[in-house]
Amino acid sequence: MNSLEIAKSCSTYSCWHPLFALEDLEEGGVPVYTQLLDQAVLCERLSEGKVSVRLADQQRGPDRQAEDLHSQVQFGFVWACIGPNPQLLFDIPEYHEPDRRNVCTGVFGVEVSAPRAIENFLDMGHFPFVHTGLLGIEPHTEVVDYQVTVSDEPNEIVATECLFFQPQAAVGSVGGVVTEYVYRVPHPFCAILYKSCPFDESRRDVITIFVQPESEERIRAHTMMSIVDPESSDTSIRLFQQMIFGQDKPILENQFPKKLPLDPLDEISIRADRVAVAYRKWLASGGVRYGVIPGAQAT
Amino acid sequence: MLKLYDYELSGNCFKIRWFLNILGIEYESVAVEFYPSKEHKSAWFKEINPLGQLPVIDDDDFRLRDAQAILVYIATKYDSSGNWYPSHDASQTGEIAQWLSFADSLTATISSARLATTFFFDFDLEKCQTGGHELLRILDEHLWFQEQQQLEWICRGRHPSLAEIACFPYVALSEEGGISRQEFAAVRRWTDRVKRIPGFIGMPGIFPAGS
Repeated sequence: MNSLEIAKSCSTYSCWHPLFALEDLEEGGVPVYTQLLDQAVLCERLSEGKVSVRLADQQRGPDRQAEDLHSQVQFGFVWACIGPNPQLLFDIPEYHEPDRRNVCTGVFGVEVSAPRAIENFLDMGHFPFVHTGLLGIEPHTEVVDYQVTVSDEPNEIVATECLFFQPQAAVGSVGGVVTEYVYRVPHPFCAILYKSCPFDESRRDVITIFVQPESEERIRAHTMMSIVDPESSDTSIRLFQQMIFGQDKPILENQFPKKLPLDPLDEISIRADRVAVAYRKWLASGGVRYGVIPGAQAT
Repeated sequence: MLKLYDYELSGNCFKIRWFLNILGIEYESVAVEFYPSKEHKSAWFKEINPLGQLPVIDDDDFRLRDAQAILVYIATKYDSSGNWYPSHDASQTGEIAQWLSFADSLTATISSARLATTFFFDFDLEKCQTGGHELLRILDEHLWFQEQQQLEWICRGRHPSLAEIACFPYVALSEEGGISRQEFAAVRRWTDRVKRIPGFIGMPGIFPAGS
């Protein structure tokens, strides 16, 4: 099977996938090309926040709407589903809180599979070595044990009690603190991180990665922050996030193989990888075949 | 204090931050968001640099654009050792100028390839990659011949020069533009040496040498 056939044959085809930050599209502007699951798609921002997404090679007849793909705007992004029966898109309740700053922090092209990017996002172990002086620093390298639960309703992975010493956890942080993380994986190629908010102890900042699989080994990583921070400018929030992502990019691009192996014997996991192990199992049981190397029992 | 109009992910801005760090000069960084908002093309920034390019410095109301020009200015004004830009020596200065110009060609090819792959700039990616690959081949051959004469750096002399500062960033970032350095062993040995020059700092995409 080629990549397109794999996409069509697995659950990925009925997922919603992010394409653009709505703010990056000009209202009434020309349709913009991008790629999703090995197919060229065209995205157009209409008036009043509406969008239209279609396959680029689709001939357009009189009934334009009937030829459009399923699309919606959520969390500031345009989402599309190529398959006929889209699954429900997850929610991020915090996003809708009125005093939150919701900032799209940019989209970056990376030569890696979508699940490798998600797994890196879930990994605390690399902080001191890759995000040195920001999200971690030697000798504070230990990932203390944390909890992972996989639920059916909603169908997602949640990792809690993730504690890590961070010299500069966020753009608004002053000095090092032990930060507490909660990770949510509500979608095979999307993950949400909740972390202690430097401005309000009772609340958590939200950082998301929504991965658009252009192909099995090439992605566009869309990032968004939904934070309680009355001080930092949108620009400084974006620049901080870009710096973090810029540090991750060469790490992601040097992973081999680019696709994520789902067979538990293919790569050695340690205790700190508890959430990654759960993620790989969850992808396998959810029938995800795109961007992964299936385990022995699945082939 | 010297002011640097700066973007964290720019290799041309990085070379200025790095050189200022080598010389131990304090500066104020003014962030200009190159991506995604294209602030370097905004009206306010075009008043500072009509070309709409980063970096720019402002040193006591003396304003200068162009990364290579800024390196020459900083070396001439602040490097009391004279090692980085030995302006009394005609051959050395000439060689450095030649490689500063080469650094501009690296920007036009490798940096453009990286902007296309990472930030979706509408450039001819294949052309940028072919051009960048050819420049790396030329640099590799040059560095190999330098090594045969027990010379570690791009230009003649025992000390690294502005040629290192100017050329290193986009060589080190080439893989982000899909240009491999695997076949260029002399280039790889040189990037390792450059990372061990005292005062080296990294940027996103460029890690310091392992200790």
